[in-house]
Amino acid sequence: MPYALCLLLFMIGLYCAVVKKNMVKIVVGIMVMEYAVNLFLIMLGYRAGGVAPIVDKSTLQAATGQVTAGFVNGSVDPLPQALVLTAIVISLGSLALMISICIRIYQKYGTFDITEIRRLRG
Amino acid sequence: MSVPLPVFIAIPLATAFLLPMFGKKGKSAATLLANLAVLSLLVLAIRCVGQSGVYEIGKWPIPLGINLVLDGLSSLLLLAISVVSTAAVLFSIRYMERYTAKSKYFSLFLLMVAGMNGVVLSGDMFNLFVFLEIASLASYALVGFGCEHEELEASFKYMVLGSIGSIFILFGVALVYGNTGTLNMAYVSRTIQQAGLNAGLAFALALFVAGFGLKAALVPFHAWLPDAHPSAPAPISAMLSGILIKTLGVYALTRVVFNVFGILPSTGWLLVVLGLLSMVTGAFLAFGQWDLKRLLAYSSISQIGYVVLGIGLGGLILARAGDNPSPAELAWASLAFLGGLFHLVNHAVYKALLFLTSGSVEMATGTRQMRQMGGLAERMPVTRTTCTVASAAIVGIPPFSGFWSKLILVWAAIQADFIWVAAIIVSVSLGTLIMYLKVQRYVFLGELPGNLQQTKENSSSMLLPMIALACLCVFMGLLVLVPSLKANILDPAVQALTAGVTYSDAVIGMR
Repeated sequence: MPYALCLLLFMIGLYCAVVKKNMVKIVVGIMVMEYAVNLFLIMLGYRAGGVAPIVDKSTLQAATGQVTAGFVNGSVDPLPQALVLTAIVISLGSLALMISICIRIYQKYGTFDITEIRRLRG
Repeated sequence: MSVPLPVFIAIPLATAFLLPMFGKKGKSAATLLANLAVLSLLVLAIRCVGQSGVYEIGKWPIPLGINLVLDGLSSLLLLAISVVSTAAVLFSIRYMERYTAKSKYFSLFLLMVAGMNGVVLSGDMFNLFVFLEIASLASYALVGFGCEHEELEASFKYMVLGSIGSIFILFGVALVYGNTGTLNMAYVSRTIQQAGLNAGLAFALALFVAGFGLKAALVPFHAWLPDAHPSAPAPISAMLSGILIKTLGVYALTRVVFNVFGILPSTGWLLVVLGLLSMVTGAFLAFGQWDLKRLLAYSSISQIGYVVLGIGLGGLILARAGDNPSPAELAWASLAFLGGLFHLVNHAVYKALLFLTSGSVEMATGTRQMRQMGGLAERMPVTRTTCTVASAAIVGIPPFSGFWSKLILVWAAIQADFIWVAAIIVSVSLGTLIMYLKVQRYVFLGELPGNLQQTKENSSSMLLPMIALACLCVFMGLLVLVPSLKANILDPAVQALTAGVTYSDAVIGMR
């Protein structure tokens, strides 16, 4: 069920990016898609009632020095969180570039409506 | 492996961050530094030819750490990236004088090169995405570098479609991680071989085809290319059309489809159909163009179709043969791969050259409209000669490079009983001929319009890269004709494709 809602969020973003005429709304749509994917990544590593995957003395078996089976089965997967951090930084960069180009276009054309920004044809 | 692989990313990345510090006064120093960085990459790429190896970053063993993989396909692409970027950066020295902020331009340029080298070397799905985004973001900014009406509009269009493509790819990466529990390409491939393709992975494959197809501008994902490529400054058009769409699109798609997921008959057919559609649609749309660079951009769509067709055809033959292909089937598949990859390299060289000549013409005449040109043959003899050589190569007139790759493609299609594909290849070639006759007729022949009487040939620093690329166009045929060159440069790349999913064993074995 959470995955279906995540896909729905993705589709809402895609719809917004493809159908809307206002440039800022298109940018918002793309960002909604981006967040849906980030959410999906986080959900992949989530475990209901999981613990933070930090190894300390209480999670180590005294005899062998290995982590306990309970820790392995109960901890949250940390890798998707690292991936999401990277993905968020990248999307921040592209968001900044997109918005600055929107501002430049508004200065040149005086409108945010992409149906009126049509010098390139063919 | 004599060259440590991270230098291919470190050199351009470090230079890119250094350059903006020079500002307006240090413009010539920044130019020199950018040229030196790209030239050193060219030398390193030549040293990497015919080698293979795996580099584990921070000595973390795979699959725990990140790895860089050099194999035949990577070294071929590295070489192509270095050749095109060296020519483009030399051309930029004079051409970019028209724009302000030259050092920022070079900084973005090197960022794009770093991203492309990273995509080619990465042995890890998520890093592939990160480097792809670095290269894409730099290219969005470079398309809009002029900050005029058309450039900003094209940049926005390119960025919206490019970002959607990137998000598809990230979604695919997430699905792959969810279904296999690893991101290292070799281990993903191994897991897929053992557990088979489930619905989630099939969806991921579809997302990869759409995402990389958007980056490669395959029809029906091509809408951004004819706006973005002409609007960029000429050396950037050469980079985008010459190598960016191939690295981010075709290379990444090939790597994922062949080496990670393993080729299936359905994906083989999909690639063939996408290739044919791009070839035909690109050629038809190119006829009607009167803007020189726009015509070249549509022609890029058509040419990228040839590359994807060759690779897809080879994959289809292999996939139909199943686990134990007969020697004949293996030979035909290798021939199709060879045609596709050789066409990729050829197209990188001659389309870069064509865009550089279009930049030279635009700089001399101040227009890109072919109707307002004519008779430039006498005024600009070097530009005219190099453009004719490149046109002959793209049309496929012997002995120029394009002839050999098209010949191999047609031969492979006939051998594998795809006569109708061979017929389409030949007829699209005829269409290409008409397209480039139009360029020759309206730009270089005919009467010189009154306002262009004072047109002069450009300075030699712009002509040098053009002449160098033209020489390559003439002599590239040797890459398939001389056995030792073929064995060192093209054959390892072909083997990387025919080997398919055994890539994972090779990578894990090379540690």
